[in-house]
Amino acid sequence: MKNLNRFVACALAIAGLAFASQFASAQLTVEISGSGANRIPIAAPNFAGEALMQGSVSDVVRKDLELSGLFKQVEPGGLLGVEGVQPDHNAWKGRGADALLVGSVNPGQGGLVEVRFRLYDVLRGSELFVLKVSVRPEQQRALGHHIANKVFEKLTGQPGIFSTRIAYVEKQGSRYQLLISDFDGENAVPALISAEPIMSPAWSPDGKYLAYVSFDKKKPIIYVRALDSIRTSVLANYKGSNSAPSWSPDGRRLAMTLTKDGLSQVYVVNADGSGLRRLTSSNGIDTEPRFSADGSQIYFTSDRGGSPQIYRVSVDGGAAQRVSFAGAYNVSPRVSPDGKTLVYVSRNEGRFQITMQDLASQQTQVLTDSAKDESPSFAPDGRTILYATEVGGRGVLSVVSTDGRTRYRLNNRAGDVREPAWGPFEK
Amino acid sequence: MKKSLVIVATLASLLAACSTTPNEPAPVKNGVPGTAQSATSDIKTPVKPAVVTADPFKDPAALSNIPLLQKRSIYFEYDKYDIALDYVTVIEAHSKYLKANPAAKVLIQGNADERGSREYNLALGQKRAEAVFTNLKLLGVKDAQLEAVSLGEEKPKATGHDEASWAENRRADLVYGAK
Repeated sequence: MKNLNRFVACALAIAGLAFASQFASAQLTVEISGSGANRIPIAAPNFAGEALMQGSVSDVVRKDLELSGLFKQVEPGGLLGVEGVQPDHNAWKGRGADALLVGSVNPGQGGLVEVRFRLYDVLRGSELFVLKVSVRPEQQRALGHHIANKVFEKLTGQPGIFSTRIAYVEKQGSRYQLLISDFDGENAVPALISAEPIMSPAWSPDGKYLAYVSFDKKKPIIYVRALDSIRTSVLANYKGSNSAPSWSPDGRRLAMTLTKDGLSQVYVVNADGSGLRRLTSSNGIDTEPRFSADGSQIYFTSDRGGSPQIYRVSVDGGAAQRVSFAGAYNVSPRVSPDGKTLVYVSRNEGRFQITMQDLASQQTQVLTDSAKDESPSFAPDGRTILYATEVGGRGVLSVVSTDGRTRYRLNNRAGDVREPAWGPFEK
Repeated sequence: MKKSLVIVATLASLLAACSTTPNEPAPVKNGVPGTAQSATSDIKTPVKPAVVTADPFKDPAALSNIPLLQKRSIYFEYDKYDIALDYVTVIEAHSKYLKANPAAKVLIQGNADERGSREYNLALGQKRAEAVFTNLKLLGVKDAQLEAVSLGEEKPKATGHDEASWAENRRADLVYGAK
């Protein structure tokens, strides 16, 4: 009941969404290495009556689960999955499924459709849940993501990231757009359109604000945009360059790079722009600050040792410690949500690649085999990393799992795409 | 860093050479009646006669007339921000102009090639702009006339993905009137 109430509340939130999916479905190619032995085999046949919606809701669910890298699709073959009718568990087991999702879509009141879906544990022959929701016919994507979350949570015990959003910048001709989309790159809507470059979008921890850098005044200035309105405020417009905003985990402060005192150095400021404080003092470049998961430390890039490397300093100041040691170019540090892992971009024989470092053991692992990787960004569950790379001279977004086994590319945009930032769990 | 110190030393010695030069006659080309102002500043700042003698730089058309002032780009090596000796005379000419025209302002925009992190490249561009800024200041240009900013790799002049394009984009530009 509690679950159902929560779902109704979520359904209302979904019903409140303003954006309809008018886009063609993503051309996502998922690359999964390994045998897949530890992936959960699930059958999710088309929902009965889903043609009532503007697109296939079961398709969204299947794609989401596949992108997670934790699920393996089981084709229904000749088997029928009819919602409301007890399934033949042995038959599904025979096809190799451990779990079965069935659903139905029926006309509802006031132009809405009523969607009911059930998840079964085929091995035990038991029903895990049944939920019902009313949505508008064009909300198949938001609903599909929500159903995928429910399935994911039930079967893995972990929260799903399928309803989270990402922000990224697209350059098309001389036009720059700051876009916000579903986690898979679909449903993109512009938060900002400009004739000047936009970079470094950063989500506030509550997902309500985006800080970003714009060159609309012929130099980099940091702005904060409220996503529920058209309000934009200047966070930092000091003499020189203002860039690399990053929120503290409690959302009350931001770290950023300013050059007001000469060199690029790291500063901390309250979210309302007050209480500016310089954090680092070096003779070189200090930039790309990121708060640690507990908010006590700030990781940043510095060339104080002669080459750009990752350092860490207490948020209260003091001496910085070097964190990255291998190679001559390690930049763009990002801390995992559990605080145990750091990813950054390293240059390996002229190739810029995403590298993961265990903070306790200092062991590193290169996760990608591309050459122009930039701007890594952890999913809020820490399982995958979104990053920008280049394919055929064009910027694209890619995702790689932290175990290196799952990889996919978000290639649904026509322009040059860069600067991705994965938003927080939806509240 | 070593290299830019050398430049500063070179520029300083050039400046020193200027200051030991005997005062040249008051400007005639401008035909400004009453060079009293110049004369006054002459007395108050006898160590900086360059202000008085830099007549061609005081000409409002100096920016388009003096070849050295038409050079407004300084190029850098990969991942470096030292100013090469070739640009000493260019920076010196701009310092003369800015000192002769205290109302003139210049925005120094640093740039970087596309390789690597955008934010780090923004800082690299800033460091390049800063190197030009510092040298202009050491030559006596007032802080208020200068602003050093970076465009990073965001506004590439050359859009190719080869060494020739990258070299073109590792650059600091002097932009008059934009500050």
